[in-house]
Amino acid sequence: MTPVQAIIAKELRSYFVSPVVYVVGSVFLLIVGLLAYLYVFFAGAQAIQLMQMQGSAQINLNDLVFRNLFGSIRFILLIILPILTMRLFAEERKLRTFEFLLTSPIRINEIVVGKFMSVFLVFLSLLGLTGLMPLMLALFSDFDWYPVLTGYLGLVLLGALFLSVGVLASALTENQIVAAFVSIGLLLVLWLLAGLGTLLGDTAIGQAVSYLSFMEHYDHLVRGLVDTKDLVYFFSGLALMLFLSHRVVDSARWK
Amino acid sequence: MIEVQQITKRYGQHTALDRVSFSVAKGEVLAFLGPNGAGKTTTMRILTCFMPATEGTARVAGFDCADQPLEVKRRIGYLPETPPVYQELTVTEYLQFVGRLRGLSGKILTASMQREVERLGLGTVQHRLIGNLSRGYRQRVGLAQALLHDPPILILDEPTVGLDPKQILEIRELIKNLAGSHSVILSTHILPEATAVCQRVVIISGGRIVAEDTPEQLSARLRQSEKISLTLKSPAADTDSRLKSVQGVQNVFTSGAPGTFLLECELGRDVREEVARLAVTSGWGLLELKAISMTLEDVFLQLTRHEEGLAPDAVTAAAEPASQPA
Repeated sequence: MTPVQAIIAKELRSYFVSPVVYVVGSVFLLIVGLLAYLYVFFAGAQAIQLMQMQGSAQINLNDLVFRNLFGSIRFILLIILPILTMRLFAEERKLRTFEFLLTSPIRINEIVVGKFMSVFLVFLSLLGLTGLMPLMLALFSDFDWYPVLTGYLGLVLLGALFLSVGVLASALTENQIVAAFVSIGLLLVLWLLAGLGTLLGDTAIGQAVSYLSFMEHYDHLVRGLVDTKDLVYFFSGLALMLFLSHRVVDSARWK
Repeated sequence: MIEVQQITKRYGQHTALDRVSFSVAKGEVLAFLGPNGAGKTTTMRILTCFMPATEGTARVAGFDCADQPLEVKRRIGYLPETPPVYQELTVTEYLQFVGRLRGLSGKILTASMQREVERLGLGTVQHRLIGNLSRGYRQRVGLAQALLHDPPILILDEPTVGLDPKQILEIRELIKNLAGSHSVILSTHILPEATAVCQRVVIISGGRIVAEDTPEQLSARLRQSEKISLTLKSPAADTDSRLKSVQGVQNVFTSGAPGTFLLECELGRDVREEVARLAVTSGWGLLELKAISMTLEDVFLQLTRHEEGLAPDAVTAAAEPASQPA
């Protein structure tokens, strides 16, 4: 077992013996389930209305359910993923195991990657459970699977980015609450950059600011558009956040 | 095995370590003594590559701490001040994690874990969560962690804190057994501990090394005169002056209790026989006569209080009650 695998195994163990994952997971699945139910319900109501008006109804579940749902999950992730990441480094520093970790014969990037991978796996398992919804919906209706799958790809990439911001915030402090708020704040700023970009209009600065926000990149994927430009955004953002976490952890030794 | 040269560590304006140099040979046990905030933990953190020194070099097992930290870390077992345990893991899970981080696996890992569990008496608690263990057990888990990969060098920051007296003796015995095959640096503020397990003592105060020697020689070196304590049942009015006239006695003090005298004598001259004869022939009723030697505790107090500018006399007087008969 490599050191990275050892860290992943240990972190997963820590996640699943604490109640946090179960609480966060249930709340996440409950809200996503409720939202999915509401969107399906509204789509049904709309179909009935169309039936009454036109005698027949062709409604698009991709537009009425999935695009709305993916839009909402984005916001839920922004709130709950920082709760999952906040303990990663802050707890080590609080409980003085940080020193032990840094005097173990492993590199700092192995620690950062191991911790990120562990929480990423937790996130993937939660996201995997939401996959039941499209599967169940597919039993009773017809929709285009392609944008649903690219939407899930978008969620995976978006989640990875959010988690890497959370890892960075957790490395910055030994207080878990502070870590959670810092990452929620950073993510909200990233979100609002899209609005600022629109405000600045079609100038070079406006475009650059919009590009920094995850909004349009994620929207492309939800609409079924897989563009290299968007993939590059997510991967470079992830790499930058993990690199910054590495620097922060490294510099924490000097204080 | 360990060579530290002219290490300085500054935190902003504050100098935590000031040109500290020392070395530890293979198989030697070195004690780091010093009051709180003297720089013991900082030194250990530099040696374990947790933090870099501002100036100077530290070499462990031939590797430079600044240039080849991974090689150094592989060869060190480190127990920090607070045992670095994860409360949500059981003892077995924790040791498994530690072993894997250090590249142990399979049968070697299992055997190492079993060895440490036995050596530190963790058998009865090995399947319990560390968070539910007492302070003493956590400390032992911390020690097991440091010893797990059988490192040639051990750095132990106050290894017996939080243990009960029986456990302290066991851990000291353990450290003594490690001497010879392992190089050990341990920090402590419990002075008898240093005398009990260490071949050499480094006393550090205010970031500087103020003394370095064997425990015995340290006390010898600091003893400027022999002191004798004398208790008499019925001393006469001229006892003072007659004691002073004994050859070799330099000074006579009467201390608090009536009939108790403190004699300061020439170094290397035993006047006890002469004093006893005088007391008996004069009918003073000799109750007690003993030589006072400086314990490591006196030495420590004297060295570290000098730093703070206290008069040496006040220090020796304060240290007197702790003195033991030679």
